[in-house]
Amino acid sequence: MQVSSNQFKQAASVKLADPNVQKALRNAKGKLVVARSRSILELDNFEEIRDAAARIRDFGLLHMDVLLEEWEKKAVAAGTIVHWAETPQQVNDMVIEIARKHEVRKIIKSKSMLGEETNLNHALETAGLDVRETDLGEYIIQQFGETPSHIIAPAVHKSKDDIADLFALKHGRPRLDDIAALTHEAREILRPHFLDADMGISGANFLVAETGSTMIVTNEGNGRMTTTMPRVHVAITGVEKIVPTLEDISLLLRLLTRSATGQSISNYLSFTTGPKRPGDKDGPGEFHVIIVDAGRTTVLASEIREALRCIRCGACMNHCPVYQNIGGHAYGWVYPGPIGSILTPAYVGIEKAIDLPNASTLCNQCGVVCPVKIPLPDLMRKLREQQVQKNLRPWPERLGLRLWAWTATRPAVYGFLTGIAARLGKWLGGRERLLHRLPAAGSEWTASRDFPAPSGKTFRELYAKHRNKGTR
Amino acid sequence: MKVGLFVTCLVDLMRPSIGFASLKLLESAGYEVIVPVEQTCCGQPGYNSGDRKAAQALAKKVLAEFARCDYIVVPSGSCGGMIRAHYPELLAEFPELKAQVEAIARRTYELTDFLVNVARVDSVPGQFSGSVTYHDSCSGLRELNIKAQPRALLAKVAGLSVKEMQQPEQCCGFGGTFAVKYGEISSRIADLKCEDVQSAQADALVLGDLGCMLNIEGRLRRRGDKNIRVLHVAEVLAGMTDPVQDADRRTAG
Ligand code: SF4
Repeated sequence: MQVSSNQFKQAASVKLADPNVQKALRNAKGKLVVARSRSILELDNFEEIRDAAARIRDFGLLHMDVLLEEWEKKAVAAGTIVHWAETPQQVNDMVIEIARKHEVRKIIKSKSMLGEETNLNHALETAGLDVRETDLGEYIIQQFGETPSHIIAPAVHKSKDDIADLFALKHGRPRLDDIAALTHEAREILRPHFLDADMGISGANFLVAETGSTMIVTNEGNGRMTTTMPRVHVAITGVEKIVPTLEDISLLLRLLTRSATGQSISNYLSFTTGPKRPGDKDGPGEFHVIIVDAGRTTVLASEIREALRCIRCGACMNHCPVYQNIGGHAYGWVYPGPIGSILTPAYVGIEKAIDLPNASTLCNQCGVVCPVKIPLPDLMRKLREQQVQKNLRPWPERLGLRLWAWTATRPAVYGFLTGIAARLGKWLGGRERLLHRLPAAGSEWTASRDFPAPSGKTFRELYAKHRNKGTR
Repeated sequence: MKVGLFVTCLVDLMRPSIGFASLKLLESAGYEVIVPVEQTCCGQPGYNSGDRKAAQALAKKVLAEFARCDYIVVPSGSCGGMIRAHYPELLAEFPELKAQVEAIARRTYELTDFLVNVARVDSVPGQFSGSVTYHDSCSGLRELNIKAQPRALLAKVAGLSVKEMQQPEQCCGFGGTFAVKYGEISSRIADLKCEDVQSAQADALVLGDLGCMLNIEGRLRRRGDKNIRVLHVAEVLAGMTDPVQDADRRTAG
């Protein structure tokens, strides 16, 4: 996907001014946050499960090399064809090659965020292939010609009315007004494509080392059809998805669906272990898995490695006060919200996403809800430090920080300057005790807020007087 | 028992009455309070802006200034959280300071946490006729678990009643330099807080962090709400709810 993260501020501004997006976001926030908070009450040892989940993910990451080899051995034994891709470009090339070999014309896809990373649909279409998204949200997004704004609810920024208009236009049928009817219509339109597609593409939520399986978590059944109906299937997934055992998966699942949608369990859990065997009722004739690095091992070797624990539940964005107000598109790449503010600079380059790690209040609501306990604010702070080390911050900010640090370590100078500022501020604040306009960086504050005026003298001055009086 | 009062740079510059209110509360709880005169800032602006060196210099300064205190009390969850939750990571490069850093982290308390869990006060000097709604600032809440403490203390203030808002734990959008780097987003987040505050229909909004106070009050006033008062929890507990006069009166007395 094209990276537009350095237009964050302008893009956020546009979203803040868009009443449709604002309405859709408020609606979604209410639903997802409430659903999660209710469903975690079903687990009486939720915090312990989070600890265990973080340990499982860390174990998988620490022993990634051994576990991936074990996974490969099992997968190959089951008949899976395993590919290893280092870059996004390689992923697309591999998929196209497999498609060519099998003379594929039509492809159905179940959701894959990694596919968004590599811009897979575009590559496939350029190669002359017909690609259909089958996840309802992804289908809607594809029809709009947009990109997902959320990792599990790609069309969350669209309202029901937006979608009703779209379907009427694209499907050439009367406009429907009811969610169930709209869903039904999409199913009807998609069904023939499931039946005549030559190839299916999916992602994987996890790779199970002990069985050599890929696994996906879905609600609509489209994932299962995509992985079983076409004659060839390709699953693409990142190296970090490796988990040792099925037992571990069962623990992670208790958190994943609850954190994501507030469900105790998703409607479908599909494991794929090799292609169709003799006697199997369904399954692809050939099953390919492409295991992708695309920046992950670099993150693994860095100080932000905990970000790789992510199980893509979306809770951090659902609970983020910034995301709740601007939605996902402003973040400018595949992953929005707190986790996106870390993964985007990590995967596309720190200089291509300067705003993201800074565009957070560090309120830590994300860290509190993350099922695998990723310390998201700490990782954003690490990236901020890297920006400073690499001289990527704008010069007025650098100068400002320099001056602040210089004076704050010299109490006499500091006391003198703050004394002046306190008096000046009080005078400017007048009877209202409010500053309506501040200069320089402060203008961004006063563009939409007043600034309460200081009360006129600093604590240090007043305290010195107070002490003198006291000891007299 | 010597308690060191870390006033915080914002209180020093903007609203000294919060410092004096804290002093009064600690003294009336029976502590000898030391206020190191050289203190400036805990280093958080540098730390959160990625300027680790600047933050380290200030953290070391705090370490030295408060070394003789049995406790360090801070009328801010944010600065308290900085010392307690972040100094150990910030100063990890200096193994020679490890023991000192751990000690200061252990001995540092946000004001209401200290009054409830260490001083175990059973009364407070303040009185307030009217209702207040309490905003849980993020750092205090999520780094130091400040939630029940301020409410327990407010319940002891004569004449005061608490009216909870719908989402007292929702961030106000301040975020330090975030408020000036992303002013538009920051204000929009503050709007939701303002709406929640207004719908609680209390006479005052009370909270424990001056940064969030400036943000919420600034947005409330710009939205045209001139009525609801915005007060620091220390001011209410100490009965010093007129910031300008109380600081002057205190020094005159
Ligand atoms: S960072 Fe945590 S909360 Fe966010 S999507 Fe990943 S697992 Fe979920």
